[in-house]
Amino acid sequence: MKRYIDFYTSMMRLSVLEQWQYPIANYFYMIGMLAEPVIYMVVWSAVATQQGGSVGGYTPGSLAAYYIVWTLVRQMNIAFTPYGWEWRIRQGRLSMSLMRPMHPLHEDVAFFAGWKVVMIILWIPLALALSFFFKPDLHPTLLEGAVFFIAIWMAYLIRTITLSLLGMVTFWTTRVSALFELYFAAELIFSGRLVPLSLMPEWVQQAAWFMPFRWAFGFPIETLVGNMPVNDLFLGLGMQFVWIFFGTILVSQIWKIAIRQFSAVGG
Amino acid sequence: MPSVISISKLAKHYQVPEREAGLKAAAKGLFKRTYKIVKAVDGITFDIQPGEIVGFLGPNGAGKTTTLKMLTGLLHPTSGQVSVLGFEPAKRPHDYLRQITLVMGNRNQLSWDLPALDSFDLQRAIYSIPTDEFKRTRDEFIELLELKDLVQKPVRNLSLGERMKMEFVGALLHKPKVLFLDEPTLGLDVTMQKRIRSFVAEYNQRYNATVLLTSHYMADVEALCKRVIVIHHGQLLFDGELSALVEKFSAFKTVGFTLEDPAADLSQYGDVVSVDGSRVTMRVPKEKTSAVTSRLLNELSVEDLTVEAAPIEDVIESVFSVKKEALE
Repeated sequence: MKRYIDFYTSMMRLSVLEQWQYPIANYFYMIGMLAEPVIYMVVWSAVATQQGGSVGGYTPGSLAAYYIVWTLVRQMNIAFTPYGWEWRIRQGRLSMSLMRPMHPLHEDVAFFAGWKVVMIILWIPLALALSFFFKPDLHPTLLEGAVFFIAIWMAYLIRTITLSLLGMVTFWTTRVSALFELYFAAELIFSGRLVPLSLMPEWVQQAAWFMPFRWAFGFPIETLVGNMPVNDLFLGLGMQFVWIFFGTILVSQIWKIAIRQFSAVGG
Repeated sequence: MPSVISISKLAKHYQVPEREAGLKAAAKGLFKRTYKIVKAVDGITFDIQPGEIVGFLGPNGAGKTTTLKMLTGLLHPTSGQVSVLGFEPAKRPHDYLRQITLVMGNRNQLSWDLPALDSFDLQRAIYSIPTDEFKRTRDEFIELLELKDLVQKPVRNLSLGERMKMEFVGALLHKPKVLFLDEPTLGLDVTMQKRIRSFVAEYNQRYNATVLLTSHYMADVEALCKRVIVIHHGQLLFDGELSALVEKFSAFKTVGFTLEDPAADLSQYGDVVSVDGSRVTMRVPKEKTSAVTSRLLNELSVEDLTVEAAPIEDVIESVFSVKKEALE
């Protein structure tokens, strides 16, 4: 355990140092990612105003809160995509990682976790600017804040697991882009990324319960802005834990099969 | 003494899809695919003893890197046995990975934007090296490779040779017992190649490490390897001392001399390779060397006559051009 703590702190430190080399580039990257939630926020706020001040229980203020928290959750659940898996196999970087007495997925988790520390610091002024313009209606309790803090890290792990499962397809074929696009479309609908899930049809909400997307995206936002009953907060954390637990087992089992297919094409 | 590396009838075959060019063939391939088997490594056997530095030679596509990847556990063999330090590499146990390293001349694992010192610290954490031992080893290697003024510069600002030296430090911090070096001096200038060579030799001496080296630079092989293993088309062509390889495959010797009369007809003695003023270099069939040198000394006014083995590059070239059947 001590060994993993040492590795995680060293890798996260390295990642923070690397990302601080390019603060401006990281800022532009974040600003580029703001376009999506700002469009959603403006459209749904207009709909809410036209419908007499709210849509599905969301007022322009609570929609602003949802999408501002959205921007943080989006940063938090950035993980190594299948494009990244393709890249590292073609570049021979996976071969170098496999030479280390440490599972390559630990490197991924630790590296992106370190990156997030930088992104959170950079996110704060952007969130303040968005709050100034869009006046979010956000009054979380201490418990909601604590659950949110745990939920965003669990969300990060869930997304890392699901993207790793997709990424491992690259052991059979180095062209997984099409599959990723399909995943992305499903994530858009079932996660709460496009719109709060409570505004989606009933069947989408029910289906979303049994998929990983909601637990990696919508749920952390809802813990802070959704006025969820305490039971639902803990039920959500439980669902996240279940996804992480079984997802980790699935990843480790598929890894054992996938690694036999690895042809180290890139070197 | 038990072998450090032992492989027996090792093979790696790939199933590769193939089809003819053109739209019709592409459409046909959607319904019925045809495959061919490519034998990247085809039943090679050899052993390497502790502390040996062995040159692993072959032309591009011979199967060298595939063999290295099987030895390091990156690839699963199709058949045959592999044992390194008593481990089965394909299972990639962490205890095994802690005792080996792979350095590839065209790969880097150091963080591009940070000083190498930061990446070295990550290596410490990955290999669980005790801090005192880590600092001692790091400083020892930095001194050996004369890197003191460079370790605090971002890696991206270093030259290719400086980066390669840093890669070596990072790759050896955990003091591996077995080094797999795949073209470690690729693209480096002569001075830097020499520096890397002497470092590898020093490491081998200090830690009795076993080294398997692939390189297209014969200077690397001549400087470091007493023994060479040659493979071609995935099959073993030669395993023995470098001098025996030269003896076996060199059909010619190089005879150099200075002539008092540069106009003399030399075609009857051998192939003239070059004439530089009065200095002549000639290629002579190995079995005729004694006779030709005697005749040159008797029949012409010759000074400073030297006889040398053919350059190792020429020998290797002739090995690669010989078909396997002709060697057995």
